[in-house]
Amino acid sequence: MDILLAALATLARWDVIAALLVGSIGGVMIGAIPGVGPAVAIAILLPATFGMDPLVGLTLLLGIYGSSLYGGSIPAILINTPGTAVNALTTYDGYPMTQAGQAPRALGLAFGASFVGGMIAVIVLILFTPVLARVAPMFGSREIFLAALLGCILVVVAHRGQALAAGALLFFGIFIHTVGMEANRYTMRFTFDQPWLTQGIDLIVVVLGLFALSQAFILLTEPERAGKVPKLQGSVARSFLEVFRYKRTAATGAGCGTVMGIIPGVGEFVSQFLSYTFARSRSKTPEKFGRGAPEGLVASESANNSVPPAAMVPLLALGIPGEELTAMMLTVFYVHNVIPGPALFQNNMDFVIALYLCLAILNILALLFLLSATRPLLRVLAVPSRFLGIVILTLSFVGIYSLRNSVIDCMVAGAFGLLGVMLKRLNLPTVPIILGIVLGGIMEERLRTSLPRIRSAWDWVDRPVSQIIVALIALVLALHVWGLWKEWKGRRHGQGPH
Amino acid sequence: MTRHTPAPRAFDPRPPEPERDKAIAETDKALAEILRPRQHRAEVVFALASFAIAVWLATQWSAQTTWFEGQRAGRQPGLWPLIAIIGMLTFGAGALIACLLRNRQAAGESALPEVVLWARTAEYLGWFLAYVLIVPWAGYLPATLIFCTALAFRLGYRGGMLWLAPVLGVAVVVLFKGFLSVRIPGGALYELFPRAIRNFLVLYL
Repeated sequence: MDILLAALATLARWDVIAALLVGSIGGVMIGAIPGVGPAVAIAILLPATFGMDPLVGLTLLLGIYGSSLYGGSIPAILINTPGTAVNALTTYDGYPMTQAGQAPRALGLAFGASFVGGMIAVIVLILFTPVLARVAPMFGSREIFLAALLGCILVVVAHRGQALAAGALLFFGIFIHTVGMEANRYTMRFTFDQPWLTQGIDLIVVVLGLFALSQAFILLTEPERAGKVPKLQGSVARSFLEVFRYKRTAATGAGCGTVMGIIPGVGEFVSQFLSYTFARSRSKTPEKFGRGAPEGLVASESANNSVPPAAMVPLLALGIPGEELTAMMLTVFYVHNVIPGPALFQNNMDFVIALYLCLAILNILALLFLLSATRPLLRVLAVPSRFLGIVILTLSFVGIYSLRNSVIDCMVAGAFGLLGVMLKRLNLPTVPIILGIVLGGIMEERLRTSLPRIRSAWDWVDRPVSQIIVALIALVLALHVWGLWKEWKGRRHGQGPH
Repeated sequence: MTRHTPAPRAFDPRPPEPERDKAIAETDKALAEILRPRQHRAEVVFALASFAIAVWLATQWSAQTTWFEGQRAGRQPGLWPLIAIIGMLTFGAGALIACLLRNRQAAGESALPEVVLWARTAEYLGWFLAYVLIVPWAGYLPATLIFCTALAFRLGYRGGMLWLAPVLGVAVVVLFKGFLSVRIPGGALYELFPRAIRNFLVLYL
């Protein structure tokens, strides 16, 4: 209770409250614009928060991270275009409901499901925090190395049908991390005698190139998407309460999102697919799924919105990000001199609880904003896509150039922007590169610090936590191989992949 | 003899079984497409280029890293670049073979239009880099005004949207440099102004 009060006192500041407001409302608006998304927004705003108080900067970006998925459901439901990539499944049942004249109902259900998912995840995590505080100190260098390795393996195997490409991109990310002067013996690695490579390639530069610049280039190159404000007749607020008719589906979705969010490398996509397929298998009318089933909408939205709070667990407890947004949040923490890891849970529990409370508050703020301002918010859908490209390009410059006032950083980001265009156009994942950079750094450092205690291979598994992680690695690999074998067998029998 | 009339069956709103199965199968197919996005023929160009880069990096490894004699492998500065390159080569080779096999099965579609589109994005990279190079010379506000307006004109905007472009430029500069105080130095052109104005320009614009 004392910790909870201390956390509330930490948040009771006008600048933190303002950051929460701006972050949550800004996140909803950014999420509602197809083609922007939280990754672009966080990447652009990240350098602007360097001068802010750590809690204010973190709260602002956390607000965007946590509330963008709310906004992403609006274009998914109204114009069949997901605002963020993870709202793709929302189009399946949301848009058919709009076509059937039930747009306000679909929006109300989506907002309600997102709210329930987000709040359940936050409550579970607040209750779970004392357990985490006990478990986190059991993670030494070996365990964190193994957990990072598990994250690498999961991010590869999670990309079904693209595991080879995801693996190559993950190792490319690890390679990017190694460029520059290494911190142990101060030797140069792949600098080619270029002074500008001595400091290495900044993660933020890569992030801005891969997410922001590439998105701007795509928007500028592709044909203009006609900006048209869809009409909305009826009350969204009234339909919001209807989510409680599907409380079992919403609770299951929140459960899937919370569990999957905690596992590094899995994220929103897998959680909402699990939640959706489970809801369909339990439904009396499974044939309606994909054709305007309210349960389908509730299943996907409750699952994807419960992932952001859950994804903060490996990030805060172990310093291991699970996907690109938490990788960016890790940079935010480092910049603001907050080092995530077991020590954070031991020494700054009130700070951890304060962050969870922030997530709860921004869920409430985002919902209140949406219930009162959905109609005016629809105007953001009218922004012409190529003009949006100019906006992103202009804002990206601020993000990159303000880091070190380096023209070379802008060129490097431009090169990653072109790489991002190719990856996005080819439907290849960008996340493994970012996770490769971050997890590669963690693994190298943790391997080095754990070496004095390693005499033989058995020393890796002489503690219960490391034994569990190694068992999980073996299980994930075995399941992946089994899945591949089943697929191959299916193809041989002419059934095709499932 | 009494005729037996069958009891009327309760109304079932669900579609008959074959239709239901068909609907479920269609949704399954659509879900599978999201989980496993369509592969593009041009992926082979990307796979080939990335594999070639990995091979080139492998040839540079011994010259670009250091390996100390008598040290454990985990302490070697060259270990992680080696792991990364081996991983890129292994997975890259696998991805390339898989692409070649897929492309052989799906002949007909050309990879060229996609490669041309990649090349077209280079134009906007050029715009961006020109903007980057103009800022230290002209200053943040003038460079942003020129960039936004010129690019909007290039994209074919006329009338209201063209007027909105410089407004966007001013808004971005005022927000980021004026209010959020991000570090962007003043342009060389600002030196031509009297001291008082120059200080204001360097600090806020």
